[in-house]
Amino acid sequence: MYLYSLTLQRATGIVSAINGSFSGGKTQEIVVARGKLLELLRPDDNGKIQTLLSVEIFGAIRSLAQFRLTGAQKDYIVVGSDSGRIVILDYNKEKNVFDKIHQETFGKSGCRRIVPGQYLAIDPKGRAVMIGACEKQKLVYVLNRDTAARLTISSPLEAHKSHTLVYSICGVDCGFDNPIFAAIELDYSEADQDSTGQAASEAQKHLTFYELDLGLNHVSRKWSEAVDNGANLLVTVPGGGDGPSGVLVCAENFVIYKNQGHPDVRAVIPRRADLPAERGVLIVSAAMHKQKAMFFFLLQTEYGDIFKVTLDHDNDRVTELKIKYFDTIAVTASMCVLKSGHLFAASEFGNHGFYQFQGIGDEADVESSSASLMETEEGFQPVFFQPRRLKNLLRIDQIESLMPIMDMKVINLFEEETPQIFTLCGRGPRSSLRMLRPGLAISEMAVSELPGEPSAVWTVKKNVTDEFDAYIVVSFSNATLVLSIGETVEEVSDTGFLDSTPSLAVSLIGDDSLMQVHPNGIRHIREDGRINEWRTPGKRTIAKVGSNRLQVVIALSGGEIVYFEVDTTGQLIEVDKHEMSGDVACLDIAPVPEGRQRSRFLAVGSYDNTIRILSLDPEDGMQILSVQSVSSAPESLLFLEVQASIGGEDGADHPASLFLNAGLQNGVLFRTVVDMVTGQLSDSRSRFLGLRAPKLFSIIVRGKRAMLCLSSRPWLGYIHQGHFLLTPLSYETLEYAASFASDQCAEGVVAVAGSALRVFTIERLGETFNETVIPLRYTPRKFVLQPKRKLLVIIESDQGAFTAEEREAAKKECFEAAGTGENENGNVDQMENGGDEDKDDPLSDEHYGYPKAESDKWVSCIRVLDPKTASTTCLLELQDNEAAFSICTVNFHDKEYGTLLAVGTAKGLQFWPRRTLAAGFIHIYRFVDEGRSLELLHKTQVEGVPTALCQFQGRLLAGIGNVLRLYDLGKRRLLRKCENKLFPNTIVSIQTYRDRIYVGDIQESFHYCKYRRDENQLYIFADDSVPRWLTASYHIDFDTMAGADKFGNVYFVRLPQDVSDEIEEDPTGGKIKWEQGKLNGAPNKMEEIVQFHVGDVVTCLQKASLIPGGGECLIYGTVMGSLGALLAFTSRDDVDFFSHLEMYMRQEYPPLCGRDHMGYRSAYFPVKDVIDGDLCEQFPTLPLDLQRKIADELDRTPGEILKKLEEARNKII
Amino acid sequence: MQASDRFNINSQLEHLQAKYVGTGHADLSRFEWAVNIQRDCYASYVGHYPILGYFAIAENESIGRERYNFMQKMLLPCGLPPEREDD
Repeated sequence: MYLYSLTLQRATGIVSAINGSFSGGKTQEIVVARGKLLELLRPDDNGKIQTLLSVEIFGAIRSLAQFRLTGAQKDYIVVGSDSGRIVILDYNKEKNVFDKIHQETFGKSGCRRIVPGQYLAIDPKGRAVMIGACEKQKLVYVLNRDTAARLTISSPLEAHKSHTLVYSICGVDCGFDNPIFAAIELDYSEADQDSTGQAASEAQKHLTFYELDLGLNHVSRKWSEAVDNGANLLVTVPGGGDGPSGVLVCAENFVIYKNQGHPDVRAVIPRRADLPAERGVLIVSAAMHKQKAMFFFLLQTEYGDIFKVTLDHDNDRVTELKIKYFDTIAVTASMCVLKSGHLFAASEFGNHGFYQFQGIGDEADVESSSASLMETEEGFQPVFFQPRRLKNLLRIDQIESLMPIMDMKVINLFEEETPQIFTLCGRGPRSSLRMLRPGLAISEMAVSELPGEPSAVWTVKKNVTDEFDAYIVVSFSNATLVLSIGETVEEVSDTGFLDSTPSLAVSLIGDDSLMQVHPNGIRHIREDGRINEWRTPGKRTIAKVGSNRLQVVIALSGGEIVYFEVDTTGQLIEVDKHEMSGDVACLDIAPVPEGRQRSRFLAVGSYDNTIRILSLDPEDGMQILSVQSVSSAPESLLFLEVQASIGGEDGADHPASLFLNAGLQNGVLFRTVVDMVTGQLSDSRSRFLGLRAPKLFSIIVRGKRAMLCLSSRPWLGYIHQGHFLLTPLSYETLEYAASFASDQCAEGVVAVAGSALRVFTIERLGETFNETVIPLRYTPRKFVLQPKRKLLVIIESDQGAFTAEEREAAKKECFEAAGTGENENGNVDQMENGGDEDKDDPLSDEHYGYPKAESDKWVSCIRVLDPKTASTTCLLELQDNEAAFSICTVNFHDKEYGTLLAVGTAKGLQFWPRRTLAAGFIHIYRFVDEGRSLELLHKTQVEGVPTALCQFQGRLLAGIGNVLRLYDLGKRRLLRKCENKLFPNTIVSIQTYRDRIYVGDIQESFHYCKYRRDENQLYIFADDSVPRWLTASYHIDFDTMAGADKFGNVYFVRLPQDVSDEIEEDPTGGKIKWEQGKLNGAPNKMEEIVQFHVGDVVTCLQKASLIPGGGECLIYGTVMGSLGALLAFTSRDDVDFFSHLEMYMRQEYPPLCGRDHMGYRSAYFPVKDVIDGDLCEQFPTLPLDLQRKIADELDRTPGEILKKLEEARNKII
Repeated sequence: MQASDRFNINSQLEHLQAKYVGTGHADLSRFEWAVNIQRDCYASYVGHYPILGYFAIAENESIGRERYNFMQKMLLPCGLPPEREDD
């Protein structure tokens, strides 16, 4: 079995973010690393974040930094990754790509302890960069310019110190003196030797300055001084005339200013009043903002509170360090302060925020200062504060993030054409259930009812040079309605359009006149109001029309085609006639090419299942250039011209080309390339769009022509970053559409459906899914479907948090203390977070997080949710530190209760210092009130945490620690029937099929078991030979399981056919052999048949088909919030083709950040039988000559390769 | 040192041990081995952001705190070293 791996939704979480001006000039951009993706974002004028470029780098990005050479206008990007290389990138604005300027190898690949890549520090003047590892190694590269002003990089200078851990590094701003780097270091060599523990307790972190002597080209340890042992982060303080230089050392509970030859200036970080005493406050992200006259720092704590830190200084002497409460937002991985007065907050989990500064914290607020630092016997006196509503920041945009996906199910609950993907996302108060549908989101601008059912709609401008449309023309079966577009849209009757007849086409003709085609003729309305009519000869009527700005073609009933052109005086002149063999089904003219008089091609579709291309050249006399037969009669035709591109913001470079699209009556969209010279058709592709024949319309998307296809659902065909994408829109069925441009809406679509006129815009181009969000209360763990009622049952649990009642009480107390007393939010049932953040909740948990409790406290709930109405029909909060970990529905064989719900819980679970718990329970619930509510039947105490539950032959299988146990339902509790204690660690998943049980162990992969009813015995007959830390598993077939491990691998194991047969044929079911055992395990071993490194922790797997009639693929979701699919190839030819393409791509286009592609996909185990579709899909972004070279090697044309890639993607989504 | 010494197995090993932290030797104790493995693990967790995220969800802490905790644990990953037996 060979699989094709494709990422459907790219990772949405952010590892690190930097800001700067990467395209040069004044524009501010943000570069974000999303694990294995590098993206360039830019806020547009409306404060919305746009993604300009997104590149898969096939490696793990660990750190990012930007630098600027003195006097330059542009920032470079330095990437620290797992490649064992330092990579310097430059954003190329013209081609919209990252150019690799330098790549220097310094060590082995992989995230290793002593191989640099974890930390990056930049000299503030851009003269050197330091790249460091967690331990020992630090390398300094000198950056310079050569005579041609190109960036140069030196060979590395070592600043190693063995047996030393590094916590953070940063550059020290010392103007144009020798560059200095600071590091927090801890020497462990003595602690490793001293068995008394004295050395370990005396181990002291040091702040060390490394000086790069530019003259000697040498790095030396300049200065080292003990620093607080909680130190974790360094922040550069401006120097060299702008400030006092030195560094801010962020430590647990403190911020300390340090510099060589300067006494420490220390201040405490204010604490939240409700924080338990044993918890510290740690700074997790920092940003510095520097203006001409002042600078300040924003530091965010692990609870989300941002503090503004300012330094009072007198030249180089810092007199006071002040920490003032600024605002509270969700905890970030990185913060970027933009010069435009915005803050980009890359959240650790959940949606990212883009904020505008309303103030810079000048107003009075809780403040701690080095001057008022009080030392008492118990240590330093803490300062307390209470988080409040945002005062200095205002959120203006948010970027959706699925991180982390905790569980996922692909089901067609709503009986739509394609299934929906239900994902459990987020953590704590920011958790949610997100329903993903393949397709683009649209935003509806207006819906208005019309008298009667319209059949068609057009928009027209009054003049070619106009920016906006002037009229919307709607045709009914017996009339035409004209609406003028202005401040409002209203009916007008003085436009010259004939309103007593239906229209077939309405458009702008020539420079400034309008044309209305109706069944009996063509009405040409000149700019000055004169009207020319052309009438059809005899009793014949016009059946079809095709037109562009200068040419009109009509087809009369019976099959005659009449061709008109606009002459130089603006007059519409009949030029030619052509008799077709039968009625014309549809026709279209290509738009007039730039600088030409006419377009050469007319496409005519006939009912005999053919499409013909006719020449409109005056010399050719409507001669047929080519004929294409299609599978069904064409219904609609559209020429789509793709402009030549050399990259830029619309993507890769490609030559200009003309595509003919045809919507066929069997619902297929047929797409073929038209040779611009000869009119020959080649390279055809087809795709099934829906049950109705697609009608095709040309619209404008991002200033480019795109295609709207209206079948049983609307689709949009457009070019995004070099790929032609055909994506469904998440909207209802439409009849007819036209592009729409007005003052309020620059790029919209007007469409008719039923009796309504709709105006909408298409959003977030390039995304695969659009999502609907339902907020949840705690971190969701798992969910099951209640199949009969189509309800979802979700278990949520959080460690170290207070229960809803306690939180409410604490809140009330705090508001009473504050004297506001305005808390209206006292109802516990209403305590859902998120959703509407603007509601008058003074302290929404979504923003501020839940208050922290002791780590042995748990909160948890079981929720029944109706996804149709997005409403929770039942919510049970578990009491007394109980938390739910597993869930399943079960039908016991006595059928007394029908479907029951089993939930495995643990009480008082603690992980540190050892895993302990008070008790474990299995709750059995009955569905009442038509499944909308739950009623506890009974609760059975067990000895461990029931981490996996599953129904098996009318009984319940539970995995409790290393015990697999079979339970039956009793009156007051569950009754033990049978058990097996031979599992290695902890059972985390159980799946069953017939009499086989597939058990997943947390550390030791899968175990296949059998249950013998006659002997009432459970035994393991096969297991895996590789230790795998399972995070997700899915049953594929009788002998095969798919699993994912903690290190980011997806793999399939299969029991060999002969072994499987032997076990099935053996009357003892292989029991005798089992009793003998083999290599401390089961007698039979599974074989690994598929192995692939995804590079992200996969948390859920499911086999599903995302398109109607499509093949089933394995869908996975990851911690970083990405979704991917693995599709099995059906033909050997495809396997050959794609494996060769992958091979050439590897050779010709190695990954951007220097990691070897094959090495990355084989990071833990050699990749087996999986072809990386993400790499193959980079083919269209290659330069043209390289594309041709690879295509030649494969004996194909680049077009054919693109078609193959498109086909492979279309099989999945 | 003579030129030929550079190629004998011992000096090559010494070179490796100096260059790559954690290269073993014949007298490596169980404790030293475990300490080394643990430090490698923590460094790997810190380097792989998705794994940090995975731990952070399990422990309901922020990713920044998890990273700090792992770095702190690298000091004494296996507790105190055993008392040395006198040779």
